[in-house]
Amino acid sequence: MAFKSIKSLLVAVLAGFLLLNANVVKAQHEAPTTTDTTKVQEEEKFNITKTILEHVKDSYGWHLWGHTTLHLPVILYTNNGLEVFSSRNLINEHHEPVAYAGKNTYMLNHETGKVEILNADGTPNHEAKLLDFSITKNVAALLISLLLVCIVFLSVANAYTKRGVKSAPKGLQSFIEPIILFVRDDIAKPNIGPKYAKYMPFLLSIFFFIWMNNLLGLVPFFPGGANLSGNIAFTMVLAVIVFLVVNFSSNKNYWKHIFWMPGVPVPMKIFLMPIELMGIFIKPVSLMIRLFANITAGHILVLALICLIFVFKAVASSAVAVPFAAFIYCIELLVAFLQAFIFTMLTALYIGMAIEEHHHEEAAHH
Amino acid sequence: MVGSIAAIGAGLAAIGAGIGIGQIGKGATEGIARQPEAANDIRSTMIIAAAFVEAVALFAVVVAFLGNDLK
Repeated sequence: MAFKSIKSLLVAVLAGFLLLNANVVKAQHEAPTTTDTTKVQEEEKFNITKTILEHVKDSYGWHLWGHTTLHLPVILYTNNGLEVFSSRNLINEHHEPVAYAGKNTYMLNHETGKVEILNADGTPNHEAKLLDFSITKNVAALLISLLLVCIVFLSVANAYTKRGVKSAPKGLQSFIEPIILFVRDDIAKPNIGPKYAKYMPFLLSIFFFIWMNNLLGLVPFFPGGANLSGNIAFTMVLAVIVFLVVNFSSNKNYWKHIFWMPGVPVPMKIFLMPIELMGIFIKPVSLMIRLFANITAGHILVLALICLIFVFKAVASSAVAVPFAAFIYCIELLVAFLQAFIFTMLTALYIGMAIEEHHHEEAAHH
Repeated sequence: MVGSIAAIGAGLAAIGAGIGIGQIGKGATEGIARQPEAANDIRSTMIIAAAFVEAVALFAVVVAFLGNDLK
């Protein structure tokens, strides 16, 4: 009985809803005034995916505020030689791409956000050689964070040479010292073992560089704002460096464990070989994707929450969106540290696995 | 259509990550209840494990986002 009444209620509500919708549609059909059409166009204009991707992606200019953009240099190597010009030439005052005539004709592709060479008839020429060495937003952010890391660490290193290692740290030194000790005692020592000292400079550089970039990526205005550690090319370079360090510091024992695993039956040895061989490459690839996906997802999350205000077109929705975005921001601060920590810790772990001394006599007993 | 499928994929990833992080939290609280003096070690291990689980979910979110509609 109760079920039946709920069902009829549901039908009534649905019918009412459909009727209401039909009325709205009818009203729209009856009065398509000019203001309505412009409104519809404006609504179509706000594409949340496009807006978010635009903010997450690399670009030739660095948006500062309002209509002010820092135009970064475009450096191209083509068949006609090197070409350097300002990215100001690629867009007009309405932010639409325009052709720039240098040694070739160049134009910004709006979909990919990359420069293309145009043929005489205005169609993009994909066959022509075009190597892009431009100082894009991400490259500029990379240089800025490099500078910052250098300033911080050179000053701290100077403080140690001046005051010595035995005296109490001062100023910036006392902020950095516990973090360096954290990297040494919690990351390097337990994972690498007694030979940790050789790898400390590498681990410290990786840790502080990733952390600095993660934090700068969270700053919404000029020195930050570039999604550098959320760029897969950047994380790939870091992963390749890790790959090289791990494999060049590996010993005989490491390769033996990969190609002819001791202490297991022969069919298992053959079965494990391709898996272990793939593992060499999968380890850095997982490092690359983890950092990239975490940072990009964080940026997308914050942007999506802010975009909700524009999707609903109501100021009141900011009452929900802004506190939520602030909350996600706080989590992102944690994630920024955590990802730098995990990247460094896994690197240390991989190095530790590569340089481990052999103890397969014990392993054979198991 | 592609958008809704991508959303379903992201939702499935969220379910998986939810189960994973729930298990980690359960394990950590049980561990801390049995051995309160090891709470600090357990907490940091828990956070690292949670970050791993979260990362897998984020892979799915990024794939769903990219597979959604780039135009």
